[in-house]
Amino acid sequence: MAKHHVEAIINGDPAEFLCGTEQTLLDCLRDELSLTGSKEGCSSGDCGACSVILDGRLVCACLVLGVEVNGKKVETIEGVAKGDDLHPLQKHFLQEAALQCGICTPGFIVAAKALLKENPHPTETEIRYWLAGNLCRCTGYDKIITAVQKAAAEMRGES
Amino acid sequence: MANLDYSSPSSVKEVVKILTTAKGKAKVMAGGTDLLVQLRAGRLKASTIVDVKNISELRTIKKEKNGFTIGAAVSGAELGAHKAVNKAWPGVVEGLELIGSTQIQGRASLGGNLCNGSPAADGVPGMIAAGATCLIAGPKGTRTVPVEKIVVSPGRTSLKSGEFLVSFFLPNRPKKSGDAYLRFIPRTEMDIAVVGVGVSLTLDKKGMCTDARVSLGAVAPTALLVKNCANALIGTNIDEDALNALSEAASSACNPIDDKRGTIKYRTKVAGVLARRATVIALKRARKN
Ligand SMILES: Cc1cc2nc3c(=O)[nH]c(=O)nc-3n(C[C@H](O)[C@H](O)[C@H](O)COP(=O)(O)OP(=O)(O)OC[C@H]3O[C@@H](n4cnc5c(N)ncnc54)[C@H](O)[C@@H]3O)c2cc1C
Ligand code: FES
Ligand code: FES
Repeated sequence: MAKHHVEAIINGDPAEFLCGTEQTLLDCLRDELSLTGSKEGCSSGDCGACSVILDGRLVCACLVLGVEVNGKKVETIEGVAKGDDLHPLQKHFLQEAALQCGICTPGFIVAAKALLKENPHPTETEIRYWLAGNLCRCTGYDKIITAVQKAAAEMRGES
Repeated sequence: MANLDYSSPSSVKEVVKILTTAKGKAKVMAGGTDLLVQLRAGRLKASTIVDVKNISELRTIKKEKNGFTIGAAVSGAELGAHKAVNKAWPGVVEGLELIGSTQIQGRASLGGNLCNGSPAADGVPGMIAAGATCLIAGPKGTRTVPVEKIVVSPGRTSLKSGEFLVSFFLPNRPKKSGDAYLRFIPRTEMDIAVVGVGVSLTLDKKGMCTDARVSLGAVAPTALLVKNCANALIGTNIDEDALNALSEAASSACNPIDDKRGTIKYRTKVAGVLARRATVIALKRARKN
């Protein structure tokens, strides 16, 4: 089977790559495009470390085939900061020390970004449920929740 | 997974053609949340993946004169956002929305949930209770089959070679009807059902139950439509006696597995309790409609 030629918009810029059917979007981002910010924790949809936004929807890049994104828009952790300007989520993750080893962080930030787009005013319970598909073995989650709450407040212009 | 082919046809006809002419094993893919995990783990071998997400019939929710047609590949997130279906069939939506995380919701479909054939599939009891039917397309044309006739044993369906699922149909409901789905899991999110119960019922003007369908998941090799549960409700005002009879009928219908999530005894007991709770929710909804 010949490789597929895929053209997509990744973080706002046109990108193209070649991939085999068996390569997931996560494989393609990391191995073909050198976008290694999205992490591989489980490759079975359980940990959320590979979270990306595909045509506006939060998905696990490990459960999408690379060939599926032809003609689609993909947003990854690499597109969250604007140059040197950190996104409020990134800033508050740092300020709240919401990470230790950091392997889960890109997934949490992309997932939280998708949440705040849909719901700028989430309750703690809403944040916890939305992020239930993102696992963290280090922080115990509380600091992550606080960081998301503070980022949400800043984005609403409240701080 | 090497030498794996991929196609994403834009019509039902093309899918049937690929399924019937492909060399080796062709597998339909909707959200891929079961399929890709199984392929990667080596539990499933395929030579071609047929992605059905680019076919409009499989991706749309349509209000018809006599009910709703829901594309087999519509995702949980899409169905959850559909106000009219939520209003008419909250129990069906509840089932699909319980599947996985936000990320999984962006992809997981009712068609995939059913055709994967898991006895614990959360989307299935709600649809069986609703009396939903499936539109199946294949080399001989189309046919319509009740949801409970699709899965024949864990991982196996009654779909014939070259056939696949195009859409579900949910009928309009009489006034004073309500449905609900409840599952029991050891955690609060992201787990496999120990028991799942879907209930749909209709009341008359005086509050007597005139029609009911009750379906149990995760307590037998396939989701069950339990006639004795329905019989316990029909003709009653769904009082304490009727609820007790329903609980007993639900427990008696169980033929579960024994595993770390629940012993046989435990699942059997929980099925009775959960059937009662789901019925109470469906009843409240019916009274309001
Ligand atoms: C992290 C995680 C959590 C999960 N949690 C739950 C849960 O809580 N409850 C639950 O029930 N499930 C759960 N699942 C399983 C899965 O997400 C669901 O079963 C989902 O509904 C499958 O839908 P899909 O569109 O992704 O199916 P796919 O993976 O695309 O397909 C599944 C199977 O159905 C077949 N198929 C798909 N569409 C059709 C069609 N139109 N016609 C014929 N055959 C078809 C495929 O060939 C395949 O065999 C979880 C999965 C993951 C990875
Ligand atoms: S790597 Fe995708 S969910 Fe874990
Ligand atoms: S910081 Fe280590 S897993 Fe979350």
